[in-house]
Amino acid sequence: MANSIRSREITPESVYLSRRNLIRAGVLAGSVLATGGLYRALTRGAPPRNDAPQLASVASNSESTGPSPYDTDETKTSFESITNYNNFYEFSTTKEAVADVSKNFVTKPWTIEITGLVNKPKTFGLEDILKLVQSEERVYRMRCVEGWSMVIPWFGFSLSRLIERVGPLGGAKYVAFTTLLDPKQMPGQNDNVLDWPYVEGLRIDEAMHPLTILAHGLYGKELLPQNGAPLRLVVPWKYGFKGIKSIVKIELTENQPPSSWNIYAPREYGFYSNVNPKVRHPRWSQATEQRIGEGRRETLMFNGYADEVGHLYAGMDLVENF
Amino acid sequence: MKLDPKFSKLLIVINCSVPGAIMIYDAFRHQLGVNPVEFALRTTGLLALIFLLLTLCITPLRRLINSNFPSHFRRTLGLYAFWYALAHMMIYFIFDRSLDLNSTIEDIINRPFILLGSLSLLLLIPLAVTSTNGMIKRLGAKRWKMLHKLVYLCAILGVVHYYLLVKADKFQPTIFAIVLCVLLAYRLLPARKKPARLVTA
Repeated sequence: MANSIRSREITPESVYLSRRNLIRAGVLAGSVLATGGLYRALTRGAPPRNDAPQLASVASNSESTGPSPYDTDETKTSFESITNYNNFYEFSTTKEAVADVSKNFVTKPWTIEITGLVNKPKTFGLEDILKLVQSEERVYRMRCVEGWSMVIPWFGFSLSRLIERVGPLGGAKYVAFTTLLDPKQMPGQNDNVLDWPYVEGLRIDEAMHPLTILAHGLYGKELLPQNGAPLRLVVPWKYGFKGIKSIVKIELTENQPPSSWNIYAPREYGFYSNVNPKVRHPRWSQATEQRIGEGRRETLMFNGYADEVGHLYAGMDLVENF
Repeated sequence: MKLDPKFSKLLIVINCSVPGAIMIYDAFRHQLGVNPVEFALRTTGLLALIFLLLTLCITPLRRLINSNFPSHFRRTLGLYAFWYALAHMMIYFIFDRSLDLNSTIEDIINRPFILLGSLSLLLLIPLAVTSTNGMIKRLGAKRWKMLHKLVYLCAILGVVHYYLLVKADKFQPTIFAIVLCVLLAYRLLPARKKPARLVTA
């Protein structure tokens, strides 16, 4: 039996070893490709979208020409960054995934109910609102409570113009906002991360301040779903989560309205949530921030809008009313 | 051939470095996404936790397949857990705290989740330092094994660190916690068949 194999048939050791090395090299290479592929698959967000429809009337219908006095001249954050890094839990809790999950979100037709302590409560179509007000570009800093920030060229109008139109009654002390509730389009609303719909609120003087805008465009183009299309609030001296997105209802109230993050964690997210480097957050020190596309920098009081809004809080304890 | 322990170890050592290598490559190409520091911090942290949990999988795996073969990888996996945890802390110190020792210490003292994470890394240091064959001989198997039981605490601290730091969506940290509980519970079960005694190398 052992004699049936001729000695010249035995594979030479050198050939055996080189074949073995070849197989091993192949296995090693294959495993590295597999591990690399797994790493890529688990860490890549969806590829960024680069398209956005043009605004129906890109030209500002505001009487003033040139940049707004409220603009900052700091370097604007790239369109790609602004539209692919979003906290919008209604769609996904992964910032890089919101753009893809929200891409089929329907924003036309869109109605906004203006109600509460106003003279003429009414449900408007968005187009009707845009005809009533003057929109212009506003380049604002945006500071997220998580410790990063952007400079965003919004296109929108002062909230005060809309409120003046409906005539606030004397007893109106606050403005409450509500986001759309539609779990079919907004899959995140099927989870209980936050209570839905998302709600936010401002004191009436904060709402009437010229800095406070309702934005419907970005970089001269219509707002994309991930940025809160078709209409969202921007209050640049407060942490970004106060900028409620995809608004369907604005209500003037006598009592302080609920805010979703404040409901979720009252010790972390206050009603005012003014950007304040001196008020420590339990989770993040707020003294510095990561400017997207740049580096770390000091956080400014009221996000650098202290001159414009500081007076609203004169005499208030900003640690207690955080 | 493929089951040759030396080749298998090479396989593991190379593959464990792949995520870190890709991350460094991406960093130089500015391809770490919109917030590169946040991505690097989050990913190194997850990798550290994953490798820690993998080291805890070795014993159950050994019992499951009734072979000591998986033991060959435990040291490598553990050391990579340490390196990724160290990278995680360095990225935080260099880029998030801008090399400011004062604000780092303040953060560690004032934020429980950072304290727990720092503790976890601190306890991994003696484990990394005593991971060599020489060290095993110096300590002796019994003392070495006692010291390396610290890995359970490191894993628990790491998982709690992750759970506490997440803002609202606790889904992923919860999964890690469940996996950790299962791996720890496994050790409370009596070993059915005792595998051959092996000084883990």
